[in-house]
Amino acid sequence: MPTAPRPRATYWRLLLIIPVLAVLWVPAFNRAGPALWGFPFFYWYQMLWVILCSVVAAGVFLLEERRHPTRDDA
Amino acid sequence: MAPLALQPVALAVFLVLFVFVTVLGFMGARWRRGDRDTLHEWGLGGQRFGTLISWFLLGGDLYTAYTFVAVPALVFGAGAIGFFAVPYTIIIYPILFTVFPRLWRICKRHGYLTAPEFVRGRFDSPALSLAVAVTGILATMPYIALQLVGMQVVIAALGIEGSGIWADAPLFVAFLVLAAFTYTSGLRAPAIIAVVKDLLIYATVIAAAIVIPMHLGGWGKIFASVPAAKLTLPVPGAHTLGSYGAYATLALGSALALFLYPHSMTGILAASGSRVLKRNAALLPIYSLMLGVLALMGFMALAEGVSKMPQFAAGFAQYKGNFAVPALLLAAFPGWFAGVAFAAIAIGALVPASIMSIATANIFTRDIYRAFLKPQATDAQESGMAKLVSLLVKLGALMFILVLPASTAIQFQLLGGIWIIQTLPAVMLGLSRMRLRPGALLAGWASGMVVGTAMAASTAFKSAIFPLHLAGGFIAPGYAALYALIVNLIVSLLLSAVLNALRKPSRRMLDPAARFEF
Repeated sequence: MPTAPRPRATYWRLLLIIPVLAVLWVPAFNRAGPALWGFPFFYWYQMLWVILCSVVAAGVFLLEERRHPTRDDA
Repeated sequence: MAPLALQPVALAVFLVLFVFVTVLGFMGARWRRGDRDTLHEWGLGGQRFGTLISWFLLGGDLYTAYTFVAVPALVFGAGAIGFFAVPYTIIIYPILFTVFPRLWRICKRHGYLTAPEFVRGRFDSPALSLAVAVTGILATMPYIALQLVGMQVVIAALGIEGSGIWADAPLFVAFLVLAAFTYTSGLRAPAIIAVVKDLLIYATVIAAAIVIPMHLGGWGKIFASVPAAKLTLPVPGAHTLGSYGAYATLALGSALALFLYPHSMTGILAASGSRVLKRNAALLPIYSLMLGVLALMGFMALAEGVSKMPQFAAGFAQYKGNFAVPALLLAAFPGWFAGVAFAAIAIGALVPASIMSIATANIFTRDIYRAFLKPQATDAQESGMAKLVSLLVKLGALMFILVLPASTAIQFQLLGGIWIIQTLPAVMLGLSRMRLRPGALLAGWASGMVVGTAMAASTAFKSAIFPLHLAGGFIAPGYAALYALIVNLIVSLLLSAVLNALRKPSRRMLDPAARFEF
């Protein structure tokens, strides 16, 4: 079977571990203050990481695509 | 106790939307028409879904109707711990980004339609593949049943009530609709319906996030009405990880398990390219934001005091906390908008239930029927078998709900999570060059299944959290699935090392992994 060149992973990927650790280390965010727009810290901190996780994934995607474009898409 | 009142306006809107998606489901068969007499077309939509449709399909697939009802119900009843759904749906995206594009490429190149098929090729082991296939089917069945539970709650909230044989008639009708469009259109039906469902859900959540806090005096007032004990996690005492351990392990374990479920795998493999998956790892978190707001609807229900309103007493008596969100929607919105929201939840049940039944049908057909019973099956026989199995699977789920109490389905779903995660070493580590041996993986799988089930049994199947006692009297309460996975990994890795050491050097070149370009 012919082997197509496969996109190489880069070290940028290691950045993806940051959002995982940020939401798993519970003692860092299990408190009510400071509140933001009425939201206790516990809630807005985790919601903020949803957005940051998306930003990190998009960043890693763009950085990797620039070096090794994926070519298996239809 | 007065029965729940009929909501005529909500019901009318609900029915119009329901009929609309039914028509859409059948039309799906004609959308980007392919030869639906092959399993590739029926069961994976021909792998033609680009970034946008995959976003809707995976969103509808991973964030199910049951989630929409159960997560706010948990926040309503237990408080902050229920918010673990948010870290859980954050952690899944780094996993999706790093692991699954590779699986997609390998499956595409080798023509695999299911995870067990990949495992069979990767390890040359029909036994290991069968274990993965059976685990997938067992874990998915109660999950389908739970989608029907979500629908049941909504139907009750609309005030439709019958007695005797008519009591379950609405659910039966919904089931027939679901079965029929899945049969004719395959994966195209849920893909197209997911678009409508998601638009309705987003409308509901955005409206709830704006209208209800206005009506209750702002988000600050909502949180202020929550007792302090529910607002954050209780701080653990000495010698225990307490609720912190439970929160973190629930998030991590659920995230590791999610993409091993057959329906997630089907959604992933149906993408048109591995780049679609990477893009979606960045785009799908929008659903997690929505889930966060939905979870907080549990607190809104507390602030609104719905459980004390006499008109909802019958609903809470029967559905407990699961009735919190429907009651809140009825209390806070005009009838027509409650109808939109209920339709969103009910249609939100149809999408994953349809994908789940397709996914189990794909697995049964490829990994049991063709692998063991009829290796010479033609394309048409394969797709015919899959369509039939998708019907049987749904019928099984319906019977489950009609015959057994809902709490049984919830307990089985809890077990399903513990079981499905045991396929992680074979599927995810199978994507690496690690020299894993099928015998060792099978032994690891079996130990994980036994240990995990025993842990769940020790809580009488009531809780997913197992209080692990460590040396020195330290207690680490954690998600049983994760603990059982650790046992599984230790057995799989150690036994592989032993078997590799004993293997004759001349046979080492025969490793089937050589066929794969990792």
